[in-house]
Amino acid sequence: MRRFLQRPVIEAISAGVLAASIAAAMITICSERVVQATATKARSGEVLAYASPLEMVFSPDGARLYVLCQGSDEVRVLNGATYKPIKKIAVGRVPRGMSLSSDGRRLLVTNTWDDTVSVIDTRTLAVTATWAVGAEPSGVVQDNAGKFVFVANRISNDVAVLDAATGAEQKRLAAGRGASYITASPDGTRLYVSHIYPNPTRASTALGNRAVPESEITVIDAARATIADRIHLKDIAHGFHIAFSRDGRLGVLAQLHPKNLVPLAHLEHSGAFADTLMLFGADVGNPVEVPLDELERYATRPFAVAISPDKSRIFVTCEGAEFVTVIDVLKLLQFARAHPGSSARDLSASANYVITRVEVGHDPRGMAMTRDGSKLLVANRLDDSISVIDARTNQVIRTVQLESPKTITVLRHGEQAFYTSRYSFQRQIGCANCHIDSTFDGLTWDLEPDGFGRDIVDNRLLEDLDGTEPFKWNGGNPNLPTECGPRTEKYFWRSENYDDLTLTDLVVYVRHLPLRPNRWRQADGSLTPAQERGKVLFDRPIDKFGKPIAEANRCGYCHSGPKGTSQKSFDVGTGKATDNSGLLDTPQLINVGLTVPYLHDGTAKTLEEIWTVYNPQDKHGRTNDLTKDELNDLIEYLRTR
Amino acid sequence: MKKLFAIALLVAAGSLLHAAPPAKAAAHPAGAKADVSKMRAVDAVPYFRFENFTTANGLPDNHVFSVLVDRDRVWAGTENGLAVYENGAWKTYTTADGLAHRAVLSLALDKKTGDVWAGTMGGLSRVSGGRIDSFTQLNSGLSNDVVYGVAVDGESVWTATAAGASRLDLKTDRWTLYNERNTPMNEIWVYSVSATPTKVYLAVWGSGLLEYDQKTGRWDKYDDPDGETEMVLFKDQGLIHEIVTSVSYVDNILWAATYFGDSRYDGRYWHNFLTKDSGLPSNFTNVVKGLDANRAWFGTDKGLAYYDGTNWAVYRPSMKDGKPEMTVRDAQGNINPVQVTSAPAHNYVLGIDFQGEDIWVATAKGLSHGIRQHP
Repeated sequence: MRRFLQRPVIEAISAGVLAASIAAAMITICSERVVQATATKARSGEVLAYASPLEMVFSPDGARLYVLCQGSDEVRVLNGATYKPIKKIAVGRVPRGMSLSSDGRRLLVTNTWDDTVSVIDTRTLAVTATWAVGAEPSGVVQDNAGKFVFVANRISNDVAVLDAATGAEQKRLAAGRGASYITASPDGTRLYVSHIYPNPTRASTALGNRAVPESEITVIDAARATIADRIHLKDIAHGFHIAFSRDGRLGVLAQLHPKNLVPLAHLEHSGAFADTLMLFGADVGNPVEVPLDELERYATRPFAVAISPDKSRIFVTCEGAEFVTVIDVLKLLQFARAHPGSSARDLSASANYVITRVEVGHDPRGMAMTRDGSKLLVANRLDDSISVIDARTNQVIRTVQLESPKTITVLRHGEQAFYTSRYSFQRQIGCANCHIDSTFDGLTWDLEPDGFGRDIVDNRLLEDLDGTEPFKWNGGNPNLPTECGPRTEKYFWRSENYDDLTLTDLVVYVRHLPLRPNRWRQADGSLTPAQERGKVLFDRPIDKFGKPIAEANRCGYCHSGPKGTSQKSFDVGTGKATDNSGLLDTPQLINVGLTVPYLHDGTAKTLEEIWTVYNPQDKHGRTNDLTKDELNDLIEYLRTR
Repeated sequence: MKKLFAIALLVAAGSLLHAAPPAKAAAHPAGAKADVSKMRAVDAVPYFRFENFTTANGLPDNHVFSVLVDRDRVWAGTENGLAVYENGAWKTYTTADGLAHRAVLSLALDKKTGDVWAGTMGGLSRVSGGRIDSFTQLNSGLSNDVVYGVAVDGESVWTATAAGASRLDLKTDRWTLYNERNTPMNEIWVYSVSATPTKVYLAVWGSGLLEYDQKTGRWDKYDDPDGETEMVLFKDQGLIHEIVTSVSYVDNILWAATYFGDSRYDGRYWHNFLTKDSGLPSNFTNVVKGLDANRAWFGTDKGLAYYDGTNWAVYRPSMKDGKPEMTVRDAQGNINPVQVTSAPAHNYVLGIDFQGEDIWVATAKGLSHGIRQHP
């Protein structure tokens, strides 16, 4: 344990080019931290000890509270009134979604790393079955008729429809990209799916690298299990929970509205995101987008929504801002009717309908409201606690601490720093705004004060970064301390900077983001015939005409090593006139199948396009001699990386 | 195994085509009444009143390549967009909506999900809940952008393209290509695909019919045995011609259309249809749609034809004066004209689908809705 916790600190320092005095201070400070830190295991497969409560649901009679604890891979069962623990139920790896049947007898939990659903019998509080679903199952609901179970698969971008009795998969419905959360309408006839990544859209510039982000709410006919409609969400890239009023007339989606098409010069000039709600349903007609932000106070990353039973108030957890926004529904609807479309950029709008902001803990996520609407419970994911709010007075009347380690470890502290917006100007953003759930966002950004429209950059996956430095698309940042420290201080925050201790902990957290399973790899580690053929092409020294391929033009030369990067920069012919450098850092290939779009600025919308459209001169590897089926084989292999 | 299966099939079917007329034809959309053998030919075949759609009443283009019925909705693949007819009005999807290309050659319905798949001159498009996702040879694993045919077998989408066939696994998003490298395909112009959970058939322009066994992954091939492109040496010797344009696999029976006549294969015996020995209005056949083991519809360059296992009916505007025409041919070869007041929009027929007892026909000059008439 001690060895592990020391290791990142040494790496953070040795890899960096920080001034010696700063480095010395960090070692001292961090050494003290190491002594204090306990109970954290990391990437060798052990389970983090922290509970990290993410979602909650009351039993129909209110006697029990089920808490999905993502960090400890459990559902914890608490007394619904006293919150005393009753039982811990182990589920699969990294659970994310939870759904209770209407009769309360069956609890379903999605396990994102196992691609399964755990079926829990609430009478015995035991897992009775485990069902296979699609890639990274997230949201789950059961229809009222007891016929189907619907599971939103975040990576496979679809909704798996299972037989509710056997778990046998019936079909997959095409959802949007990053299908994550499902909510049933109060009458159970329709299901509404939201998405954390933007749908692929057509580029809006001649350079082919910019597109207005768009997402959708996928509407499913629950009885027929077919797509009924898609509610188009323009300018939206990241949708989270949806809630309905009990009369079914008002639907509310918590979402992020990125402003990635404009230069993100400084936060004080323009918000990087609008934190908004999308209102839809009979109460508003066409969807209306309303902001949660204020002029100098941002409601960073709205996540979960709850509507009081009498439809008088809406509650929204704002995870980066660490508060719950309380909204007057009557005033909200008056505003929405008077302002159709989007008011996302009107930071004075929220004064019309926001009642208050209730401070809670680190990274507030899921909510559960008592049936009578008197209390609202909020899961503080990075505090392992539940804030109990009196829904009439909007006061936190109690904080329930879940069983968890007493000490805040380096990783935990780093994770808190990653998710909070407290370091940014007016609390506008945190790392997790672009690195959704610690990963990526599927968007391209105009970052850095290098001139408008210059150096457009594609957001990359953060997982398993060890040994992939330097960072930035042009290799401009030699290590994570520089990437996360001076760069963000200079560019993003313009506010409270990280202290050395926090920066180190943040770097340690990022460096140890675990690598999720690769869905294209076979369980036994072998390659399929197509993948095997692709590997041969990846490593080949001669082309199909028997001519030698120059070393620097073989896939495996630049994309060498276990992570697929030589950590060097090359000109592969994909630079743009708007780039300040002709050389591009070789990106790692880790889970490359997930991170659409591709190339340094997101020009290529698919892996295929890298070679079919953007490699006319064979500068990005010798590929133009390949047939279409050979190119498909190469891509099949790349997806296993 | 195939032989045993064929024998069993023959026993079950009672050698329908060769020994005796069908004992009883099952009730079926757009099909004949039961027990056709005891009826006069003109009473056995169905009558329709045709309503024709053109640009004059909302269709985006008169050149209609394909038609697909999904319950109350009718989709038309035209040369200038994909149109859907619902509640009495046409709505058109174009490339501006994300369609891969304006010319929509083929259509298929995923019955499980309700998604419509459209094969176009520029890629494959999925229409799902109003959203269109397009797959091309440049942005996906699709083998070629000219998608002549498309079919859904429940788990995968099959495409017949100008460079072989492609299969998209709907769960894994993996593409598998089938071409001259891994199938017994001499030519790679695949015009049509008929996919079921057990067998998949490809109609290859110039290379016969290919059969894919979904369980074993094995390919089999059916060629014109005489190797002659211009003549048929022996009747019912096998597939009638190498230039196969359309295939339809239904009730374990294979129906194949070529530019030189049509074929039916029951697993053991072939039966071929030519204008000279059947009621086919033309050997040049663009499309065949089997209703069941006995009955099929043919879209030719000289009209729409129906075969009920015994009798033939042809529906078209007259080749002479364009007036509506219907002729019926019985088992003895007697041809009787039937008095009608309507016919499909044009005699060049490219697509056929069924809606209850009605038929929809894609033609070179309009889309036709044949409304079943009962005497």
